[in-house]
Amino acid sequence: MANIVIDRIRKSFGTFEALKEVSLTINDGEFVSLLGPSGCGKTTLLRIIAGLETSTSGDVLIGGKSVIGLPPKERGLAMVFQNYAVFPHMTVYENVAFGLRMQKADDARVKAQVEKAAGLLHIEQYLDRYPNKLSGGQRQRVAVARALAVEPKVLLMDEPLSNLDALLRLEMRAELKTVLQSAGTTTIYVTHDQTEAMGLSDRIAVMHNGVVEQVGTPVDVYNYPATRFVGGFIGNPPMNFIKVPVTNGQVAAGSEPLTAPEETGNEVILGLRGEAVQLAPLPLGLEMKVRVAEPMGSHLLLTGSIHDQPVRVVLPSSETVRSGDVIGLKLDPNRITWLSPESGKSFPAATA
Amino acid sequence: MTNNRSWIPYLLILPSVAFLALLFIVPLLQTIWLAFSDNGVPSPANAQRMMADINFTRSIKNTFLLTIAVVPVQLAIALVMGTMVAKVGRGRETILWVWTIPLGISDLAAGLVWLSILQNSGYFNSLLLGLGVLERQASWLSYQTPVALFFAIAVAEIWRGTAIVMVIIVAGLNQVPREFKEAAEIFGAGAWTRFWRITLPLIRPALQSALILRTVLAFEVFAVVYALGGRNFPVLVGEAYNWQNQNQNYGVAAAYAVLIMIISLAATLIYLKAIKVDPERLP
Repeated sequence: MANIVIDRIRKSFGTFEALKEVSLTINDGEFVSLLGPSGCGKTTLLRIIAGLETSTSGDVLIGGKSVIGLPPKERGLAMVFQNYAVFPHMTVYENVAFGLRMQKADDARVKAQVEKAAGLLHIEQYLDRYPNKLSGGQRQRVAVARALAVEPKVLLMDEPLSNLDALLRLEMRAELKTVLQSAGTTTIYVTHDQTEAMGLSDRIAVMHNGVVEQVGTPVDVYNYPATRFVGGFIGNPPMNFIKVPVTNGQVAAGSEPLTAPEETGNEVILGLRGEAVQLAPLPLGLEMKVRVAEPMGSHLLLTGSIHDQPVRVVLPSSETVRSGDVIGLKLDPNRITWLSPESGKSFPAATA
Repeated sequence: MTNNRSWIPYLLILPSVAFLALLFIVPLLQTIWLAFSDNGVPSPANAQRMMADINFTRSIKNTFLLTIAVVPVQLAIALVMGTMVAKVGRGRETILWVWTIPLGISDLAAGLVWLSILQNSGYFNSLLLGLGVLERQASWLSYQTPVALFFAIAVAEIWRGTAIVMVIIVAGLNQVPREFKEAAEIFGAGAWTRFWRITLPLIRPALQSALILRTVLAFEVFAVVYALGGRNFPVLVGEAYNWQNQNQNYGVAAAYAVLIMIISLAATLIYLKAIKVDPERLP
């Protein structure tokens, strides 16, 4: 039983505010990613939870108990570091056993726990080797096994896959998910890679400039970004933002006008996921000038402009569109996000 | 094409090879010949004369005692200094700079500094008199006070020679990524355990270099001893100096020089064996 409550954490380095009153609750057994570009404060937040950094103000509660001021070892957590931090002068066995040794566990328990963790991560055959003999992926497994061997209440991971090559990252991602699902440990996972966050997490907290911009399930964050930043950061291609005029509460888009939210003025920003469109004959659809058409195999990527603003849309690979064409697009009204041009925040979903 | 130019690397190292041969290997061979010959024929006479000398055993004993007393203390102090300075953010460079000042002072000057402190009319006695601890000037550096003299020389040597150990240790500590210590901390290691189980094993190469360098230098101790103790505290290099300059006997002086070299080489071999550096187990 260990939920984590992050309560109005602030952190300044001199005059620079790395974290501006961040609050976040992570439920017991939940996997939450802190996602954001570098410098957004996600690693600082993780290090404050770990006890490697002190916050300027605010509180962190693990399992209902405030841990501010406690040293890391009394917080009941384990951590996986970006560059693994697997001790090079110890065998893999001793690395995995390190946390248990520090707890003065007896040899029988150490052996049982090490073998269990090594089995989960398939590193049994390397236990008597030194880490420098291992590949990056294997070292990453050792780091995760070391963290799981102590059966922590909370597992913190700081960009654990970013030093691996792309193929291995995909493989380790799937494996991490399997292992952590069966362990049921409350996990906070820091990453700048949105596909990792989308694939692994129960919920994602998107951070930007020391603020949590949105917390939600991967699908919610993807489909209903709370701010322009979230929409632009998540998804490939990123969400399109098109400034459109509003007349009588409606936005013209081909033959079927869209209903804009009531709060809008003369203009609104239409947030459009690239794949939430269908090809339509020109007078019926919204006009798009295609500058480049790229058949990607799995889909057709079009780059061009709508209302003279740059957009990227994705069509099924069965469609044929050539560079220079002018096409019509039918928008899915349920998958449109309306955003305020002034604040960049989204209006509540129109369907609600 | 590359075959035609295979001599270029040799040409490039030629100056340094010539330099070494001329100024190191030739004098070395000459010294060895000087030590083991008499009037141009090989002879153990010089070595025998060296060993028969009244100061021979004393100088060996003194040199070893001094080395055993000084080197571990210097290593410990350097580790403490290195660990302390690692925690300093601003001003770190200034602290390191001040700490390395003794490196720039010649050993004779360092000896004279400590002489001015410890001689009969020195600062130390003045202080003790001023505080009323002593009633009259005490003598610290005479042959009647061998313990005090040994202690004074050891302190002066520690003061003078710790900086070089610290420089090497600090460089070694800088090589240890912060994450190792943080990981150890997360998994429950206290500061003491982190130091013994993580930091020390990871700076083995630096420890090895520092110990070798410092021990070899300790066996060559001379100027500080000469300034503080004169002939009251014979050491190996001091004896070599005396035979060379006072006695004008170059053969026995050379024998001492060879002996010092053998001791230094042996010490180096012992360190290389004792503190094994396995590149596989380094970061």
